[in-house]
Amino acid sequence: MLLTHVGRYILMLKGMFTRPENWRMYWKEFMRQCVDIGIGSLSIVLIISVFIGGVSTIQTAYQLVSPIIPKSTIGQVVRDTMILEFCPTITSIVLAGVVGSKIASELGNMRVSEQIDALEIMGINTKSYLIFPKILAALLTVPMLVVISGFVGIWSGKIAGVVAGILSAQQYMQGIVLDFKPFNIVFALAKSYTFAFIISSIPAYFGYHVQGGALEIGQASTKAVVISCILILLADYGLAALLLQNG
Amino acid sequence: MIELKHVCKRFGDKEILHDISAIMETGKANLIIGASGSGKTVLMKCMVGLLEIDEGEVLYDGVSFSSMSNIERKHIRKEIGMLFQGAALFDSMTVEQNVMFPLEMFSNMSYRERKKRVDACLDRVNLQDAHKKYPAEISGGMKKRVGIARAIVLNPKYLFCDEPNSGLDPQTSMLIDKLIHEITVEFNITTIINTHDMNSVMEIGDHIVYLYEGRKQWEGSNRDIIFSQDEKLNQFIFASQFLQDAKEMRQQALLHSNSSDTR
Ligand SMILES: Nc1ncnc2c1ncn2[C@@H]1O[C@H](COP(=O)(O)OP(=O)(O)OP(=O)(O)O)[C@@H](O)[C@H]1O
Ligand SMILES: [Mg+2]
Repeated sequence: MLLTHVGRYILMLKGMFTRPENWRMYWKEFMRQCVDIGIGSLSIVLIISVFIGGVSTIQTAYQLVSPIIPKSTIGQVVRDTMILEFCPTITSIVLAGVVGSKIASELGNMRVSEQIDALEIMGINTKSYLIFPKILAALLTVPMLVVISGFVGIWSGKIAGVVAGILSAQQYMQGIVLDFKPFNIVFALAKSYTFAFIISSIPAYFGYHVQGGALEIGQASTKAVVISCILILLADYGLAALLLQNG
Repeated sequence: MIELKHVCKRFGDKEILHDISAIMETGKANLIIGASGSGKTVLMKCMVGLLEIDEGEVLYDGVSFSSMSNIERKHIRKEIGMLFQGAALFDSMTVEQNVMFPLEMFSNMSYRERKKRVDACLDRVNLQDAHKKYPAEISGGMKKRVGIARAIVLNPKYLFCDEPNSGLDPQTSMLIDKLIHEITVEFNITTIINTHDMNSVMEIGDHIVYLYEGRKQWEGSNRDIIFSQDEKLNQFIFASQFLQDAKEMRQQALLHSNSSDTR
């Protein structure tokens, strides 16, 4: 059962790589998906980043009670947790819900109402025309969203810290630049590319292969979101073990 | 010309199509008729390759379509226009964009030329004021007509219509039938139409295949149908007393004109 899914998933990915019938139309579809996925989920990403940043500062301050530890450490800890874990992973899990369910239900609806068949009859490779642009758009926009989320989260951590009287803005900024490892950014981007691929290809698989009617579309998008989330967490663990343990 | 040779189709262990052979001729309207659930849609999907057949062969102008890979089929598919039973319009596009889509994908026309072609096609199906509407905003019959416009916009060599006039009023229905028949003859297209509309059968049925529970029960023209002795066909076609009477009148008229011809 699992193996059939994996097999069909790999076949789907393989089937995407054919020569486009018309580059301009593929470009147009790619742009549409970038707007849908990128701009469409910007606001939700901004909202969660603001709150994660604020909460991180307050909770880190709560845990670092010792007077020997300088206040600037709070900024440093917030920076690293945001970059290493919160921004890529939490943003992607939320996007799995927002983007994933949209991709799965859009493709599911196209399958059930025979729009995919109509495209096939015209001689269009629907895997490359419908799925490939979605995956590419996710690969382009999700890392961008993660970067934005990082800036916003760290910035809102500062605001929350100052407003709550935990530390001054100078102390926070000192912490931000203290012992900064550029590799962490690389790591965060590696995560976001991986997650971007998961949250676009898995829902595309479930949506593209829907059989039945409206009920099955709903089931497919739920399944798509759940499985994307699980895979994100697995990949998160895998990447951490792989890239951080000898770094 | 599309040739079916001993086509069989099963879903699981349920056999839907049993050993169907027929020749769909070019420049003629080839009708597939049969009761709901008799397998018309399945047969059409087998012909265009949306469903794989289990036995037999489908040939397009002598070339075996059913043994081709999907990539090889692309060439033939560019010459196929198809209207789906539920129209299958693209939800995210307006009526005009739907009809323009195949042109954008496969032609090198400028926007002006494409627009002209789209307008001409929408005019032919009698839709002048719905260009900017989305599929969700138009009626079922209008969707059908947009579907037909989209199917003919690239001047296909093979045209498949799954119930082009179900859900249309008799007048529009006649108009659509005439339109399909006209372009079939005018451009010498191989046209296959699924229908259970008796008007269509009588008006444009150049060649009729009657399916009964997945088998080919009868084959002939709309003239032959009047004189057919096949009981199942008669029960299906001339279901009401009104149609029975109409059949007898037509029989008389045809016999009469025949005898005056020979005189
Ligand atoms: N994907 C499928 N899986 C299993 N059975 C199917 C499938 N598609 C169609 N069938 C079965 O095949 C039979 C023929 O269906 P089909 O859609 O061809 O009927 P039809 O002649 O087009 O009827 P209608 O006039 O109502 O459109 C039906 O009994 C249907 O249940
Ligand atoms: Mg049908």
